[in-house]
Amino acid sequence: MSDLQTTQEVSVAVIDALIAKHRQQPGALLPLLHAIQDAVGYVPESCYASISKALSLSVAEVHGVVTFYHHFRTHKPGRHIMQICRAESCQAMGSEALEAHAKACLNVDYHQTTSDGAITLEPVYCLGNCALSPTVVIDDEIYGRVSPAELDALIAAAKVSEVKA
Amino acid sequence: MVTKIYIPRDSSALAVGAEKVAVAVAAEAKARGLDVEIIRNGSRGLYWLETMVEVTTEQGRVAYGPVKVTDVASLFDADFIHGKAHALRLGLTEEIEWLKKQQRLTFARVGITDPVSLEDYLEHDGYKGLKNALELSGADIVKVVTDSGLRGRGGAAFPTGIKWNTVLGCDSEQKYIVCNADEGDSGTYSDRMIMEGDPFVLIEGMTIAGVAVGATQGYIYIRSEYPHGLAVLNEAIAAANQAGYLGGNILGSGKTFNLEVRRAAGAYVCGEETSLLESLEGKRGLVRFKPPLPAIEGLFGKPTVVNNVISLATVPIILDKGAQFYADYGMGRSRGTLPIQLAGNLKHCGLVELAFGATLRELLYDYGGGSASGRPIRAVQVGGPLGAYLPESQFDTPLDYEAFAKLWAVLGHGGIVAFDDSVDMAKMARYAFEFCAVESCGKCTPCRIGSTRGVEVIDKITAGKDHAKNIELVRDLSDTMLNGSLCALGGMTPYPVLSALNHFPEDFGLSSEAK
Repeated sequence: MSDLQTTQEVSVAVIDALIAKHRQQPGALLPLLHAIQDAVGYVPESCYASISKALSLSVAEVHGVVTFYHHFRTHKPGRHIMQICRAESCQAMGSEALEAHAKACLNVDYHQTTSDGAITLEPVYCLGNCALSPTVVIDDEIYGRVSPAELDALIAAAKVSEVKA
Repeated sequence: MVTKIYIPRDSSALAVGAEKVAVAVAAEAKARGLDVEIIRNGSRGLYWLETMVEVTTEQGRVAYGPVKVTDVASLFDADFIHGKAHALRLGLTEEIEWLKKQQRLTFARVGITDPVSLEDYLEHDGYKGLKNALELSGADIVKVVTDSGLRGRGGAAFPTGIKWNTVLGCDSEQKYIVCNADEGDSGTYSDRMIMEGDPFVLIEGMTIAGVAVGATQGYIYIRSEYPHGLAVLNEAIAAANQAGYLGGNILGSGKTFNLEVRRAAGAYVCGEETSLLESLEGKRGLVRFKPPLPAIEGLFGKPTVVNNVISLATVPIILDKGAQFYADYGMGRSRGTLPIQLAGNLKHCGLVELAFGATLRELLYDYGGGSASGRPIRAVQVGGPLGAYLPESQFDTPLDYEAFAKLWAVLGHGGIVAFDDSVDMAKMARYAFEFCAVESCGKCTPCRIGSTRGVEVIDKITAGKDHAKNIELVRDLSDTMLNGSLCALGGMTPYPVLSALNHFPEDFGLSSEAK
């Protein structure tokens, strides 16, 4: 419990500093939300009030913006985020089989996290890697021409990195 | 002499291991005591050969690829740094047929220079366009762009010069240049290649636009899916500021132009210009009614030029070599060149910049090398997820805005996605509706509700439920979306849906004679 409280206090301090940094920028909300998610991993609903106050917006407007954009998350994701491209070019190169394989291996659907909290699976619509489809991103690293076997290796590597850490 | 070794930093090259190759080359060179300089260039666009490693020799740059980490030691053993023989040797880069046949104007430097070196940019004709522009009046710059025949490369193909002229004619204390770098169309990556491979050409193009219309602030709205492009742009902008190519007194002209990169947040609809402006203002990306045009009331209500990356990145060469030079390329009303992006199920995917007029067949077979799977190419989607599917009988169509419009198809942003004969076109039609439902901004009913109803109707058709009635219903629904939607997302989703239905009726349980 005390650990959790400390984490929350740290987040609040970090978020308040980011609000102070971005509040004067024209059209500040998106840059601010990006900064918060980059720092904390998601945009906690608990910070809507302080954002709305600083930017003279209603809490509803802040909530509206956060939830409009696919990129922003309101809940803490797994320790690794895996995105699979669902767009046409990747479909033409077998991404559907890759999606099915990932869901079966991880035992999750899109927008869900594995029971051990390790991997969150997310769909993405085009990563601009269409010349080397199908495409997968894990923790901001991009991989092209990914086969189901290579996907297994990527999942295994993510888990190994945790053991080491 | 220090040997220069080029290893791309382009994200697609990174996707097949370019970073590991670069690390291995550096380590191997060090271990062997060789004096080499590794330059992280953009991609030449021959993606099936990535990671493509080039070395400078007296004859010119020699390419090797596709290089994997496990090939690095053997390349050194073969003395590749002097361009010697190896199984992966591709010869002189400039002599590679696939590249040699192209007409690279916008992409003249991509893959050749160090993207973040201003010095390299200047050595390769960089900033000549801006220097010419600074000698001209705003109206004269706009005239050059208009006379070149350049049309918006984002997809709408609206004449760039005419848009600029509207902004030029507005009386306002503040105007903006906004670069639409929210390249969300599947099968497209030319914007990404420019931003990662030659960011200065985009910065120069935006600066020229600012000088032309009297705008002092520019924004590049880049997809959050492009972190590498973002990093390269920020590095290049800092260098341009430092050297006086941006800022308060551009090259001593007394003119001001400041540039900032803003990250999008994964909403496809924000590639639509008014939705993009809402997003830049910090709001939900809801599409605006037009009029007023963004050129008159755009960002923060001020006159704003909104152009695609490729449109803006093409401006410097037009100002450098003249309107006529550019207009001499192309066919009909499609002047200049189009950077075409080959994607999906093709053997040789990559960037092909050619004058308008090449046929789809040439691109799919001469450049693309046919399907990657070895099966016949059955359908091709041109112009992103809102583009029509074309069957084999239309492969002889030239790439020209008007020729495509005649077929009820679009060139869009120049992406070509090929599918082999294993594709189920009813499934692709369903996906088009599904994508629209996921990405709809929700402002207009035909798009918001129509897309979800569309998925349901296609499901009924494929299940054979009230078949004839539902085929009619999907056509009726498409008609409503086409005519009643506020923007192209809802308004063009019927393109992939109806083209799939019309050209591939057998996939919808109809006899193929229904064509």
